[in-house]
Amino acid sequence: MAGLKRSKRRTLLMIGTRKGAFLFHGDPSRRTWRLNGPHLLGCIVHHLVLDPRDNHTMLMATRTGHLGPVIMRSTDRGRTWTEASLPPAFAKAPEGQRGRAVDHTFWLSPGLPSQPGLWWAGTSPHGLFRSQDGGVTWSGIEGFNRDLVARIGTIGQDTPDGAVTHSILVDPRDPAHLYVGLSGGGSFESLDGGASWRALNSGVAATFLPDKDPEIGHDPHIMALHPLKPDRLYQQNHCGIYRLDRPGDVWTRIGMNMPKTVGDIGFPLVLHPRDPDTLWVIPMDGTTVWPRTSPGGKPAVYRSRNAGKSWERQDAGLPMRDAWLTIKRQAFDDDGGEPLGLYFGTTSGEIWMSTDEGKRWRCLARHLPEIYTVQAASLG
Amino acid sequence: MRVFIASPLYSYTGGRGEVEGTGATVAEMLADLDRRFPGIRRRIVDEQDRVRPHMRIYVGTEAAPDLDQPVRPSQEVHILQSLSGGRRRSPEAACSA
Repeated sequence: MAGLKRSKRRTLLMIGTRKGAFLFHGDPSRRTWRLNGPHLLGCIVHHLVLDPRDNHTMLMATRTGHLGPVIMRSTDRGRTWTEASLPPAFAKAPEGQRGRAVDHTFWLSPGLPSQPGLWWAGTSPHGLFRSQDGGVTWSGIEGFNRDLVARIGTIGQDTPDGAVTHSILVDPRDPAHLYVGLSGGGSFESLDGGASWRALNSGVAATFLPDKDPEIGHDPHIMALHPLKPDRLYQQNHCGIYRLDRPGDVWTRIGMNMPKTVGDIGFPLVLHPRDPDTLWVIPMDGTTVWPRTSPGGKPAVYRSRNAGKSWERQDAGLPMRDAWLTIKRQAFDDDGGEPLGLYFGTTSGEIWMSTDEGKRWRCLARHLPEIYTVQAASLG
Repeated sequence: MRVFIASPLYSYTGGRGEVEGTGATVAEMLADLDRRFPGIRRRIVDEQDRVRPHMRIYVGTEAAPDLDQPVRPSQEVHILQSLSGGRRRSPEAACSA
């Protein structure tokens, strides 16, 4: 959501839930909002993304509890939807072998501005797919789906909802340079458009494995690359918050600088689009049995303005007590505005927003279904 | 043959819960349906030709074990959702909320 003048721009919030999609249209001041939806009521929406290259095309990764997964497309900013004719699907296995099937598409990433119509998709079980026609048809990346998946083996596959491929990041200087996060599996890099992959997990803890320093098997929850400084990566991992400055390949645990009573476990992470040193996380309780709720029932966003050397708590306007919120990895985003607007959705169906970079929060909506994804965009 | 369609698939059949189908096997019947209602097959059957875990296909009153199950023109086929509540597993468990 690159830096955009706020003055006359409107904000679009795209909310994907376990029971359908909702669109919130904000006026230029971001004070007044209009709800549009539900769209595809009853369908599970894992990701809902606007194409920043045309600001009209939207892709939705969805399924129902019973039916197989599909990709829905809109070319009119969510007014109407049509089904992709060939959604992500693995190659048919040879006779006698048990092939893999896509349970759901979990992640959608548009390609670079120089690649109109190109999209990437990550699935559960682990899979990487590409579309070159705006999401109508998809083809598998065999260097990932066959070769890397064979290296990963069964890691993460036994989690109740399966392993997920997420955080498909494209280096804005080189469309063949990709990063991807596998939960579980780890972080990986490709320099050849996905044909081959190398692990990028040095320095990242894996306390849930017997080998505490394995090459692969880690659990990045989300990973982000700064568009203005593409050699700067951040990740919120199952085992802390990390930063990596390339060409280095050893992650630094910047979450160690978080308050010990809060910890550095969580799912989402947002980068300031105009400042590579500023990022936000939303910590959760990752102790004992992993409640995955706000630590102590006191939700807060934490901001660092120095690339993780120190953190400040931002909770003004959020409940001060008895609020056991959970925020999923795709459910926190910025709108690119000036000042930056921040938005997160909870599994209990609330949307919280800030129009002053986290200083003050207010609740935009309650009583929505369980929120899986929140994406924000500024529109001309 | 008469093919009865589960309500989540009505968006493909124009709202109809009963359509005519042709084919000597379940696989041929599904291929016929997909020609006339594009996309319906993949919601029922995955890319490895396995019936999806929460879908059921009955030929007459017997559940079809696989897509090779023969179908006679006089038989009814039911494409149903299993009674599963729509949620196979808790969401994302160890690596999610």
